[in-house]
Amino acid sequence: MTLTHLQRLEAESIHIMREVVSEAEKPVMLYSIGKDSAVMLHLAKKAFYPSPPPFPLLHVDTTWKFKDMYALREKSAEDAGMELLVYQNPEAEEMGINPFDHGPLHTDMWKTQGLKQALDKYGFDAAFGGARRDEEKSRAKERIFSFRTASHGWDPKSQRPELWNLYNARKKKGESIRIFPLSNWTELDIWQYIHLENIEIVPLYYSAKRPTFEYEGGLFMADDIERLEKVMGKRPEIIERSIRFRTLGCFPLTGAVESEAATLPEIIQEMLLTTTSERQGRVIDKDSGDASMEKKKQEGYF
Amino acid sequence: MSEPIYKTDALIAEDIDAYLEKHQHKTMLRFITCGSVDDGKSTLIGRLLYDSKMIFEDQLAALENDSKRVGTQGQEIDFALLVDGLAAEREQGITIDVAYRFFATESRKFIVADCPGHEQYTRNMVTGASTADLAVILIDARKGVLVQTKRHSFLCHQLGIKNLVLAVNKMDLIDYDQAKYDAIIENYREFAESIGIENFTAIPISGLAGDNITTQSENTDWYDGPTLMQHLEAVEVRSDANLAKPFRMSVQWVNRPNLDFRGFSGLISTGSVKPGDKVRSLPSGKTSTVKSIVTMDGDLEEAISGQSVTITLEDEIDCSRGDVLAAADSPPAVADQFESTIVWMDEEPLVVGRAYWMKLGTQMVSVTVAEPKFEINVNTMDHLAAKTLELNSIGVSEITTDRAIVFDPYSENRALGGFILIDKISNRTVGAGMLHFSLRRAQNVHWQAVDITRDDHAAMKNQKPRVLWFTGLSGSGKSTIANEVEKKLAIMNRHTFLLDGDNVRHGLNKDLGFTESDRIENIRRIGEVAKLMTDAGLIVLTAFISPFRADRRLVRDMMGEGEFIEIHVDTPLEVAEQRDVKGLYKKARTGELKNFTGIDSPYEEPEDPEIRVNTVAMSPEEAADYIIKQILPLK
Repeated sequence: MTLTHLQRLEAESIHIMREVVSEAEKPVMLYSIGKDSAVMLHLAKKAFYPSPPPFPLLHVDTTWKFKDMYALREKSAEDAGMELLVYQNPEAEEMGINPFDHGPLHTDMWKTQGLKQALDKYGFDAAFGGARRDEEKSRAKERIFSFRTASHGWDPKSQRPELWNLYNARKKKGESIRIFPLSNWTELDIWQYIHLENIEIVPLYYSAKRPTFEYEGGLFMADDIERLEKVMGKRPEIIERSIRFRTLGCFPLTGAVESEAATLPEIIQEMLLTTTSERQGRVIDKDSGDASMEKKKQEGYF
Repeated sequence: MSEPIYKTDALIAEDIDAYLEKHQHKTMLRFITCGSVDDGKSTLIGRLLYDSKMIFEDQLAALENDSKRVGTQGQEIDFALLVDGLAAEREQGITIDVAYRFFATESRKFIVADCPGHEQYTRNMVTGASTADLAVILIDARKGVLVQTKRHSFLCHQLGIKNLVLAVNKMDLIDYDQAKYDAIIENYREFAESIGIENFTAIPISGLAGDNITTQSENTDWYDGPTLMQHLEAVEVRSDANLAKPFRMSVQWVNRPNLDFRGFSGLISTGSVKPGDKVRSLPSGKTSTVKSIVTMDGDLEEAISGQSVTITLEDEIDCSRGDVLAAADSPPAVADQFESTIVWMDEEPLVVGRAYWMKLGTQMVSVTVAEPKFEINVNTMDHLAAKTLELNSIGVSEITTDRAIVFDPYSENRALGGFILIDKISNRTVGAGMLHFSLRRAQNVHWQAVDITRDDHAAMKNQKPRVLWFTGLSGSGKSTIANEVEKKLAIMNRHTFLLDGDNVRHGLNKDLGFTESDRIENIRRIGEVAKLMTDAGLIVLTAFISPFRADRRLVRDMMGEGEFIEIHVDTPLEVAEQRDVKGLYKKARTGELKNFTGIDSPYEEPEDPEIRVNTVAMSPEEAADYIIKQILPLK
């Protein structure tokens, strides 16, 4: 009897989560409602069963997520028996930061600053995130336990070596750790696992006829047309198309792909046959050249 | 350029369900690649990713673009660019940290630890090797076996990697010459045998041209072994070997959702377990029977090494995080002194005698490392005399933990034999190590049971023994105040003893100098003597600068609860320097005296001392009265 790769990945992620709960004072799970978050939450339920996961879920909200995402967020937290904390950066709200007028500032204010504020507000010293090493080149060297200074900065030089499965979670007051239990999973692993474990994900991953518009060469979904019109200054031309999403973020920042894949096997099929990488649909990696994710990380973005 | 062999499976388009079913049964192999800067390591990994179709079109377009712009292969694709990560190292053109890459074939998922070959990065290689089942050691066919090759092989062997692949790369640049290849293999075999490597698999390849990576190369028709990919797919994974060993699970977390359920959660490191199996909890040695193996998907009939589970037992036995559940008839050993190999990973060298945290499995204990028996030159494998271990050095030392821990030799079980060392102040991971065996010495020195106990000694003296530990800068007034306190205690008919620099340095510790490790040993001995004196019922006063928190903590940990009273004689540096009773500050300022506390060596103030006296506001007599008041009653 040999464990399959998914069984080994599952066991590793569970082991990581239990280490954090045993060694950190006040952990939290960052929950972005995407497919990776769905897998991470599922693993947390497994890790502590029959207890509910002994930490809350935190959604750092930008107010620009898809409606379907908000709906699943509430349901998932309830199903897991976990407390759900939602944080929206009050400054960003006050300034009316949006993805059309403010470009990279939108991500910085709502997500980067919002996350720091939320962690400080609740005093969390350990935060689980769903990032994977295969997502982007600079993440290939990210530790599973990633240390942040009291100001949430990430310094590549001060990261601790990780040997065997021995994680050093000791830290000074004010310092915090981000923990990535899905570090060794690939996109295909995630999809296979969702399929195998029957994990509920946002319906937007499945193809359906949806209202879309084109903007700066990308295809987007008009999830809230009134609001779009308000910030764009005009009503975009809406065309009904069969689309789905390969990743989910803010609806005006996440590109859709035209697709007929309406079931999980079809999604996986499409993914395997497709020839462009996952993050291409997301605008975030592109805004300052090749090393932009690394720069964002140093500034405190997850 | 050869066509990728791992083309999209036709099943994907034809029957995705069948494809998924097939791919649910993949196994996983973790391996490490080691090579020097120019051995073509990044190129090889880039090639594996490329050939197993892990590179998408947009990445490929970016790669072609980058190859022309900054690549080192002219108009050809530079695969190395696929795997170079952090901005800083792209600029320098070398990899400086461990990076993890992923690819998969029909039968296996692979995790590659990409480790730099640079001389100063033993730390990274050891990190990558710690989780690897297999190592690919790259050799440049034009250069043959180099010092680096030996170093990489030695480190992989130390970390217990049984599957070694010698990939002789750049065969295209020696015209696929079999004689040259054979000579390299012979040369390597000789070396490998000399350090105890029993076998290895050699493969002639070219990462750049794709020879023997996924397809048998026509250029090497004299070679009939497997291609690199075939070998990676066929080799036995370590978890299979672990399964045959006795059951072990370090308890991570006790799961108590309600009063009726008590489960022990952990990752099974070796062996397997079934309901009804007899298990033993270590270090207590208590036994019980497995009642159930609980998971969210239902109770299991059996769980095996590599699985994370929650186990319930038939009996209520004492078991918590740090304990180990093991097969009752084949439990691991428990000891507190070991011989171990240590790899040092921090800029600040090992301080012999200092207490570090040691994490082994889920156990966290305080540990001290003795002076290394020897350091190993990783290039020549020679044993060198060493007083300490510097960054990237590796040595063999005896270590002593402050309480007995559960362990297996590293060669039998990485999970109960591998450990990390953590600095207690900076919290950095400063070293890693592998336990070889326990030293019998500690096990054979049994405590002599005595009839007159320490309580009897104390009762006869009508006092509660304790240590009044005075700490402060030179010239702060420690000895003066301690002397006053002792006089007052004598008047009160108390039995005391004052330990200070003079009566200790001239006798017990006259062999010690003023290096950092000697200073720690000085304090440790004083602590041990003070402890013996408290056993005899005395109130011990000590007056030493003792500038380091870690050292004072070491002594505090030796004493019984409430017996250690830290007294900070708090005098500002300016005041102490002004007093300069012994003229030492003057010497330190002129550089005549080195490592002087407060001048060119730090004084770490107590964070939470039991007593603090301010010598600017109080006379020595007042300070002594204040201290006595604080420690009353004396019984």
